[in-house]
Amino acid sequence: MKPAETKKSGGFTGAAANYLDERTSISTAVKELGRKIFPDHWSFLLGEVALYSFVIILLSGSFLTFFFQASMAEVHYDGSYVPLKGVEMSVAMASSLDISFDVRGGLLMRQVHHWAALLFVASIGLHMLRIYFTGAFRKPRELNWVIGFVLFILAMAEGFTGYSLPDDLLSGNGLRIIDGMVKGIPVVGTWISFLLFGGEFPGTDIVGRLYSLHILLLPAIIVALIALHLLFVVVHKHTQYPGAGRTNNNVVGYPVLPVYAAKAGGFFFIVFGVVMLLASFFTINPIWNYGPYDPSPVSAGTQPDWYIGFADGALRLIPPGLEWVWLGHTWSFNILIPLVGLGLFIGVVLLYPFLEAWVTGDKREHHILDRPRNAPTRTAIGAAGVTFYAGLWAAASSDIIATHFKLTMEGVIHTLQAVVILGPFIAFYITKRVCLALQKKDREIVLHGYESGRIVRLPGGEYIEVHQPVDEYERWKLVSYADYKPLELTPNAQGKVSPIQRVRAGLSRWFFEDRIAPVGTKELEESHGDHH
Amino acid sequence: MASDETSGKDLTPADSSSVEHVTAAAGTAVVARDAVANPGFPPHRPRVTDLDPRAEKRAERTVYTLFYLSIVGSVFAIAAYMIFPIVPEDPGSVRLNNLFIGIGLALALLALGIGAVHWGKALMHDEEGIDERHPVRGSDETRARAVEIFQEANTESGFGRRTLIRNSLIGALVVFPLPAVVLFRGLAPQDQDPVALLKQTMWEKGTRLALDPSGSPIKASDVTLGSSFAVIPEGLQDLEHGRLEEKAKSAVILVRMKPEDLIQSPERESWSYDGIVAYSKICTHVGCPVGLYEQQTHHLLCPCHQSQFDVADHAKVIFGPAKRPLPQLPIAVDEEGYLIAQSDFLEPVGPSFWERQ
Amino acid sequence: MPRTQKPTSGRQRRSGRRSPLASVALIAIGLLFTGGAYAMFSTSTATAATDSASAQTVSEGEKLFAANCATCHGLSAEGTGTGPSLIGVGAASVDFQVGTGRMPMQASGPQAIVKPVQFTEEQTAALVAYVASLAPGPAIPDEELLDAQGDAAAGAELFRINCAMCHNVAGAGGALTEGKYAPALEGVSPQHIYEAMVTGPQNMPVFNDMNISPEDKRDIITYLKYVENNPSPGGLALGSLGPVSEGLFLWIFGLGAIVALTVWITAKSN
Repeated sequence: MKPAETKKSGGFTGAAANYLDERTSISTAVKELGRKIFPDHWSFLLGEVALYSFVIILLSGSFLTFFFQASMAEVHYDGSYVPLKGVEMSVAMASSLDISFDVRGGLLMRQVHHWAALLFVASIGLHMLRIYFTGAFRKPRELNWVIGFVLFILAMAEGFTGYSLPDDLLSGNGLRIIDGMVKGIPVVGTWISFLLFGGEFPGTDIVGRLYSLHILLLPAIIVALIALHLLFVVVHKHTQYPGAGRTNNNVVGYPVLPVYAAKAGGFFFIVFGVVMLLASFFTINPIWNYGPYDPSPVSAGTQPDWYIGFADGALRLIPPGLEWVWLGHTWSFNILIPLVGLGLFIGVVLLYPFLEAWVTGDKREHHILDRPRNAPTRTAIGAAGVTFYAGLWAAASSDIIATHFKLTMEGVIHTLQAVVILGPFIAFYITKRVCLALQKKDREIVLHGYESGRIVRLPGGEYIEVHQPVDEYERWKLVSYADYKPLELTPNAQGKVSPIQRVRAGLSRWFFEDRIAPVGTKELEESHGDHH
Repeated sequence: MASDETSGKDLTPADSSSVEHVTAAAGTAVVARDAVANPGFPPHRPRVTDLDPRAEKRAERTVYTLFYLSIVGSVFAIAAYMIFPIVPEDPGSVRLNNLFIGIGLALALLALGIGAVHWGKALMHDEEGIDERHPVRGSDETRARAVEIFQEANTESGFGRRTLIRNSLIGALVVFPLPAVVLFRGLAPQDQDPVALLKQTMWEKGTRLALDPSGSPIKASDVTLGSSFAVIPEGLQDLEHGRLEEKAKSAVILVRMKPEDLIQSPERESWSYDGIVAYSKICTHVGCPVGLYEQQTHHLLCPCHQSQFDVADHAKVIFGPAKRPLPQLPIAVDEEGYLIAQSDFLEPVGPSFWERQ
Repeated sequence: MPRTQKPTSGRQRRSGRRSPLASVALIAIGLLFTGGAYAMFSTSTATAATDSASAQTVSEGEKLFAANCATCHGLSAEGTGTGPSLIGVGAASVDFQVGTGRMPMQASGPQAIVKPVQFTEEQTAALVAYVASLAPGPAIPDEELLDAQGDAAAGAELFRINCAMCHNVAGAGGALTEGKYAPALEGVSPQHIYEAMVTGPQNMPVFNDMNISPEDKRDIITYLKYVENNPSPGGLALGSLGPVSEGLFLWIFGLGAIVALTVWITAKSN
């Protein structure tokens, strides 16, 4: 991008810039984007973490493809790792072991790839939480939320396909579970499993097929969606937190060139460096311990990577006995309930922006973020969702929780069953109350100032704590939120109210109830007369 | 990029109705209040590096030192590649190789990244800039022109008018991907029926029970009280094709308990041999191998989803998500004293499937 | 890696040897970069098996038994409501239970837990001799089966098939039903590992010599000692617990570090 700026100056740079611009019109791009403003806040970098870990995954993954062989042909391992010498395994497993033990730096690249994959999904998750709790998904960004959420799902798919490639005991049992789940789907399950595995489980095709998905199809879709995701960020311009001088009509921050280029560019190397540190000091996925896949053995503590944990947890928490024969067919509700339940959960999260917009009837563009406390119901819904997810997630490690906290496995599972069902309601209630309390505290601070901790004795003997008033810039952060009216029922031309409208109005009331209005000028003036 | 051109003082609050170019749905509105006015931007606070030339020099030094350090890290990684080679059969050498190349690269990356960020933070121009936002929607003229273009295209092509062409085009587009669905049938062998395959295993009348992985047959007298054997059908290890597929269905766990501890329904009394029972090892939930046998409680636990089966009582489910008991393999003893199967399993093993019943 | 593609006939396994220099380097690295010293070599305290126990030892053992064990196991080891009969459990069983500190039990619980050993080696030997004198049972294994010089690959395969479902593939332990657990195997002496296999303590099944031959048991011990003596090639093993510890570590330390750095990046420079 530098060329265009130094176009006027002569020399090689100028000539090169001119050459480029006459063929690409790059000066237009630099003019449009070079000074584009990005607001500065740590939470705005979470999406960048996801992007950068994806780049790291692409780089390390490309290296791995030069050595990995996605074949399930049987060989006798003849590499360097003694406890597997002569053991029969697939070529996929043997080549993964060779990457680990016979290619210098190969294990490092494997570990970089795997740690970055865990980080990729984790940072997407955290980024999504930030978007959700600040209301950044509201108009005009609903579609970008959907794109981002689809990316989250694709990242999990990438993770699971990659986890399965080495064909070790752990991932093989993971595929076994997938096979069992697929077979539990009514009508088509048996056939889907049969087609997926190219015959009976485990077959000799699955690793090759997952490899195509893992390195070709899924990355291509992810790259395309990331491009679209970022394009939308440019079109919408970044949101910003409320602050003095910031409005819904401006965006305040640092320009791409030079400050953001330095910060964001440097941040890529920092993320890469942190992943590199993890990979050099900490083992991840020691396939040499697991050994090759064999349908008879299994290891204690067989778990998926963390991002699939919620699904595994759902399978674990289902109470016994939910499977029946009906109409001559087997109905596996112990599999269908988790599948449908998680499908609904994912669907609700995916469509949340539209659901909230429908309930609130809000059609405005929003570029100033909500502080989570200023949207208590949304924040509480989010906390309920997080609790539900976390309960399922914890259930995937129920055995490890039991051994490490000296509990019974059955007790852990029963507790988590309660957490998953009751926890969301409790979390909703508590979070909403906490939000309202924080809003009240904000009002106190605006009206009466901070508690300074300085106690003063008045001449009359009375002790008071001196309150430090907030300055007008600080105050603005606390008062600059909108107070909405719930939807009201309006009869249609026939003078009737449809049941759907009734539901909508009810939900709208529920969404906005208990709200605490921001401090207005009148109140502020009155409070100044109060004391100090 | 200075902040003067759009000073905040005269702007309406953030919930501003100035962007309400699209009227909100009936009933939704911001509560009208005596909102506090936006105070505008706070005064700019200079950094130490802006005020103190020595601090600026120091920051400059830090940045280039970090960049040089990054070069050192890269060189170190290259050196580590050569100094710490992988010695065959020595995992310790892999550990050193991994560690030192990694440390070099991490140093290179972190120093580079931290240097660049520090440069951006401490030395680059520090005044915040402001971009104006405009509604995302196109202007009215743009939208009108877009509509016009579509209308023109419609008139010129007759897309809306020539309904036969349009509908047949839509039909063709809908039908053309269907052959792909058929193509995917080829993902699995054409001449096999999954349901039939799932309903039979390698076990048949007279197949000896053999040890996994050696494949040597097991005598009834070998199975002492409290033992648990990982069992495969004899001959499995010699299969040229489909070894893992067969093993995934025919793996069995064999245990012996005191005959008086064993609860047996009358029809299954002949399926065991003096307290020795054999059950499918494949979980009836989603197919993990169920191998965790507790010899005192006679419970079998699946480590994947914690289903528990009572081996003393027909391997019935006593906890966890599984519903069906593990299928039992009827066993007997041949004239040489080896354990043999009386027949195949009498029901399909492993996870449930639609056509199971 | 073309050489891995050529199927070699039969199962060839070579037993592995580490160069002594590598161990020294590994210790240095462990100390330098992790701050934690690895227990590089097992502290196996193989007690000499007393095959021909003198009558004196037996009578001494009987006294110890009466004083420490008879409450639960009965005066002549015939068993009571609170403890099983020990007639025929063999020398190996007593040596394992007493030698690992599991017996005498302090309190009843889901299973006997490992405690500091309660008896001296001589006292343990006396108890062993006494119980072994009651009826024949599994004996204390021979030294040559405990040298951990067998075939690690064969041992690893047997371990995966027969042991890993409870003890985890790396011997890190795992959960059983109702609060019971399979303990971690790191640091357990070869003799105790062997004895556990032949006697099946508590809920562990018995793996007699027809199921896992003495040589196979030696291979399994070889594998376990190999894992113990060769720290994970990838770096710290995070407890060898698999994806759960990896995921937690990533969230807390990986993402934690990165979030801390984002705060630094976006904080105003002093």
